[in-house]
Amino acid sequence: MTNWTRACACDDIETEDLIRYDNGDRTFAIYRSPEDEFYCTDGLCTHEEVHLEDGLVIDHLIECPMHNGQFDYRTGEAKRSPVCVNLKTYPVKVEDGDVFIDIG
Amino acid sequence: MLQDNTIPWRDYSLTGRDSGPSFAPKQWYSTPVPRKRMKELMKRRDAPALIDYGIWLGFVLATGALVILTWGTWWAVPSVILYGVFYGSCADSRWHECCHGTVFKTPWLNTAAYQLASFMSLKNPYLWRWSHTRHHTDTVIVGKDPEIAFPRPPHPLNILWNMLHLQSGWNELKKMFWLSAGRLTKDQKTFLIEADRSKAFLASRVHLAILAMTFALAMVLQSWLPIVLIGGPTFYGSWLHHLLASLQHAGLAEDVPDHRLNSRTVYMNWFFRFVYSNMNYHVEHHMYPMVPFYNLPALHEEIKVDCPPAYAGTMTAFREMLPAILIQRRDPFYFVDRKPLLPKDANPSPEYTRPTAIAAE
Repeated sequence: MTNWTRACACDDIETEDLIRYDNGDRTFAIYRSPEDEFYCTDGLCTHEEVHLEDGLVIDHLIECPMHNGQFDYRTGEAKRSPVCVNLKTYPVKVEDGDVFIDIG
Repeated sequence: MLQDNTIPWRDYSLTGRDSGPSFAPKQWYSTPVPRKRMKELMKRRDAPALIDYGIWLGFVLATGALVILTWGTWWAVPSVILYGVFYGSCADSRWHECCHGTVFKTPWLNTAAYQLASFMSLKNPYLWRWSHTRHHTDTVIVGKDPEIAFPRPPHPLNILWNMLHLQSGWNELKKMFWLSAGRLTKDQKTFLIEADRSKAFLASRVHLAILAMTFALAMVLQSWLPIVLIGGPTFYGSWLHHLLASLQHAGLAEDVPDHRLNSRTVYMNWFFRFVYSNMNYHVEHHMYPMVPFYNLPALHEEIKVDCPPAYAGTMTAFREMLPAILIQRRDPFYFVDRKPLLPKDANPSPEYTRPTAIAAE
């Protein structure tokens, strides 16, 4: 079942950056890629549950601010130790300058 | 400052009675830095890293050539001392930087430098990556942090041997033998994940093979020169790095989720900062481990108003640290409390208490 939720305006996120989005007791990270495409993953690193909001976006990678583990935020794939478990990703759509995520 | 001395002293092993719960990541204090500025500071660049690593390897090769040219004369003594520092001490700090993956923008450069510096400091690249990950999760948390260099009460010989790398160098060699045989200690099993264990064993076997070939060459040539050039400098040349690194946390508070209180930032001269890869900015490094070494002085400028004053110099820091750890020999509850030194406009230190009741089970 889809559950599209408005998360933010496109302009809220700089290119090659991310912001945090909280919905109830869930927390997400929304990314804007260098190609101006938007992506969404769980907000917490799978290694030690540090929030990724303070992390560094490098091309299509998000680097955790605590231990420098990296994920590909397009697929959630864990790319660099110490992260080993993939990050959950969520469908994203853009309508009228707003970013919507399907949080299921 | 004295702590409650009615409790029994601590168990520093990672599987002992103090190895219970620690602080959650969000409980650790960080000085707020605007996101835009933080992004600038976290940015990796190949140019400054290549210059630093180029100069370093240039000095290693040049002083190594000097050792070969002067071998058999008294001039070999200063040559060996210089070579040892550039090989042993510089490699140790560069191993650490590459472990964080923050040095180069180009990932393979970082990996290559990490493997090289790991061998030069005789550190297993996988074991130490995970050990150091834990050190950053649980900085100076007793029973959690595997890298507490001066457990209280410190043994006088351990102080001297650790500061000169004599004990820790020997420990690395022992680890190499055990890992080559596919053996892990109980403590190592708590932080080295299954998936990286076979890689750790292979790395140690490669390191051991290189050392064995060096030793064999020395036997064939009937000369110490190969050992002085490869492997040996980790023992006789790492002293400067270890001397500087001993200032990182020793004598300060344990079990506090605030790097301003358990780490030291020390102003050092340019040569020490080069050898030590700017790790004298240690509060900054722990608070924001994603910032590359070449941006740490700028980060220091951003957060210093929220931190206790940096130590004016290396000797100033030693004048505090050495008496503190000597007092800890008699009184392991003693530590240097940096909290009263926080500027009056600084954010207060978090008041969390570690859940010791569970840890003491």
